[in-house]
Amino acid sequence: MVRDNTTSESDDDMIKIPSSEIPPELVYHDRRRFLRSFGVLTAGALALGACGSLPGAAAPPPTVLPGATDGATDELGDPLNSFEQITNYNNFYEFTTEKQGVAALAQGLRTAPWNLEVGGLVRNPRTFAIEDLLTQYDQEERIYRLRCVEAWSMVIPWQGFPLHKLLAVVEPTAEARYLRFETLYDPEQMPGQRSSWFSWPYVEGLRLDEAMHDLTLLSTGLYGRTLLPQNGAPIRLVVPWKYGFKSIKSIVKIDLVAEMPTSLWMAAAPNEYGFYANVNPDVAHPRWTQATERRIGEYSRRPTLPFNGYAEQVAELYADLDLRVNY
Amino acid sequence: MSTPLTAQQTPATRRRERWPLLVHTAALLPLLVAIADLLLGRLTVNPIQDLTHRSGYTALVLLVASLACTPISMVFGFKRVLTLRRPLGLYGFGYALVHMLIFVVVDFGLDITLIWQEVAEKRYILAGMAALLLLIPLAITSTSGWQRRLGRRWRLVHRLVYLAVPLAVIHYIWLVKADIREPLLYAALVILLLLLRLGPLRRAITTWRRRLSS
Repeated sequence: MVRDNTTSESDDDMIKIPSSEIPPELVYHDRRRFLRSFGVLTAGALALGACGSLPGAAAPPPTVLPGATDGATDELGDPLNSFEQITNYNNFYEFTTEKQGVAALAQGLRTAPWNLEVGGLVRNPRTFAIEDLLTQYDQEERIYRLRCVEAWSMVIPWQGFPLHKLLAVVEPTAEARYLRFETLYDPEQMPGQRSSWFSWPYVEGLRLDEAMHDLTLLSTGLYGRTLLPQNGAPIRLVVPWKYGFKSIKSIVKIDLVAEMPTSLWMAAAPNEYGFYANVNPDVAHPRWTQATERRIGEYSRRPTLPFNGYAEQVAELYADLDLRVNY
Repeated sequence: MSTPLTAQQTPATRRRERWPLLVHTAALLPLLVAIADLLLGRLTVNPIQDLTHRSGYTALVLLVASLACTPISMVFGFKRVLTLRRPLGLYGFGYALVHMLIFVVVDFGLDITLIWQEVAEKRYILAGMAALLLLIPLAITSTSGWQRRLGRRWRLVHRLVYLAVPLAVIHYIWLVKADIREPLLYAALVILLLLLRLGPLRRAITTWRRRLSS
């Protein structure tokens, strides 16, 4: 394993401004971009007042106004979804199966103190406090498409850091081949976990090489703000070339393991959900077409891209796999 | 089925009219709420999906309600409720039709290739489509005119509803991702409503009720 030198790099970056002086919501990697966002802030506020956004959408008063990144697009030129859309339409069965109901129910989630335990087949098992993860790792902005297996999608400006940076610190051993992620289990705070339809806690998994891929992100925020509970606060996975359910939320534990872990969805419906869950328009799901999708905010459907448009970066990971069998 | 209203209305028949009025209001309410929510932007950020779910759910509730009229009248000796079968069934069909049109026209923009792919791939859509197709002849022959013309055969034709509603419930069970408690509740209810129609059970209930009232 390569020693992690990125941590010190980011420390250098941060030295000029003591991190305590920056509200966590405003930690943008790219300062120029950050300043630019301030420029459109007023315009954004006016536009927001004019169109009224989504009535009834219970977003708390934003620190950075939604729309601060307005005009930004993903690398394919598609505009970002709005802050309202991203924070009011969530699949997070720990709270409710109603996508529009998650935001309200999740408000009370205690995200501090929060520890992320990383262990299993590693040389340096460690427990990270969330504030350490926020300060030790440079928080980059990544604009990714999120494709839900239910055939809807969004474009989201995440902040976070690539998972490989964390893995470099804990140093997986030679036997480690997979990662097993676990969401918080706390039925008091997460009423959906009282439902016995699922084997809680939520578990997801990645192959080690998928986890090491630079696109694989541990996200701590979006739209320049700390993550809201409905989006998986305080820390979640984002694997943009896989269906959304792979991007596990509110992670408390990551274990490096030798055997392929069984995810919650694999256990719930093995005929519908495989381990890989790569976005694939050619492999149908019994309930939702995977050939097309609805981009939230758009009227007509658009074709779904292989690997959600990231084929160039990730297809080689699966060169030896029959993706029809390994769905 | 309700008899056509004649000129000489007694206070009793006028009271009878209020029942369908209640049904019209209740059945149109989900539509009005949906229109209001559409105008107020309260259909979530995925409005097409929300409208699809709402129209489908309302259709199912109304169809099951229509199926419940006969058993209710049997058990409680409440004959007037029988007049609600037609409006409830027709409204149920109406919502089911809207449900299908949202899917075909709004969601898939009449893209026949895509729609065909969906229907062929997804068993739940097949079940739903079958349920809707079975309801079409019932809706067409629901008028008193057709009832007269078909005579004895009318009842036979309208037994198709015993197939259509279970298919609608199967459609619901198959489309739910995991927690199928609610669809199963509808399944149990429909099974009960159909069982109550079976000859022996039906006779037992009628005898029991006669004994009670005598």
